Amino acid sequence: MLQGIAFYVMSAVAVVAGLLVVTARNPVHSVLWLILAFFSSAGLFVLLGAEFLAMLLVVVYVGAVAVLFLFVVMMLDVDFVRLREGFASYLPLAAIVAGILLAEMVMISILVAQGGAAADAAAPVVYGADRTNVEAIGRVLYTEYVYLFQAAGIVLLIAMIGAIVLTLRKKPSVRRQDPGAQTNRDRRTSVEIKGVTTGVGVTSEELR
Amino acid sequence: MEVTLQHYLAVAAMLFTIGVFGIFVNRKNVIIILMSVELILLAVNINFVAFSAYLNDVHGQIMAMFVLTVAAAEAAVGLAILVTFFRNRGDIAVDDASVMKG
Repeated sequence: MLQGIAFYVMSAVAVVAGLLVVTARNPVHSVLWLILAFFSSAGLFVLLGAEFLAMLLVVVYVGAVAVLFLFVVMMLDVDFVRLREGFASYLPLAAIVAGILLAEMVMISILVAQGGAAADAAAPVVYGADRTNVEAIGRVLYTEYVYLFQAAGIVLLIAMIGAIVLTLRKKPSVRRQDPGAQTNRDRRTSVEIKGVTTGVGVTSEELR
Repeated sequence: MEVTLQHYLAVAAMLFTIGVFGIFVNRKNVIIILMSVELILLAVNINFVAFSAYLNDVHGQIMAMFVLTVAAAEAAVGLAILVTFFRNRGDIAVDDASVMKG
């Protein structure tokens, strides 16, 4: 009973927040609704017994991806009103396509759950103290999926390098250190010996 | 009020549909399009985890983790491209980005 109430609350919040993500006028509000949608989905994951993924969702999405979105939305000085042009004209077609898509997917979901591959699905598996969800994931992730796990790390590394390379820019007004030029300079280009008469000194023109 | 697998699949289907709907109606705003893609991937994750839980098979959760990884990488690179695009054009309207159209 309590689980049912929790499920309906979480899923209703997730769906409404998702709708507000795509319809909000202000992109900053969109990002905040996205955070709410991800948070409620994390709640759904907890209900399903996937605590580790729920925490991962909160940490990775709410902590990293959503903040990245927020950062970019606030950093770019964009006229968002102009970007909403055509919202109403695309709406009918989008609603029709979305309605058909939703009907098809719900139909197929029900069929799969009733008589398809998941016909014998009873209730979500409950992890006890003897075998936790994290342990179950770890046992598979570091054995069967160890190469894919490494590949996922490489994907993240490449994404990081790509993001840095894409956004790095050289400004002519900013002077940067040039280690090659620093180590390659020698005495002839940096020091000059001038003959100075004792008691007379040098004038400022001679120093140029 | 027993929650069955169908319930979770229905929620995932709704979120997926909202994501597709968002791409349709916000054609000019890349940021919202990227957020819609995130919503779609979230729906996929819910499907993976729901099947994983109800079929008592942890492999689905591993797949959801990989989807999460790719989604994070995609968001990072997508937003980096967006920032570069904004620097070059001073705007992020994607329907103007037709330089490579033949």
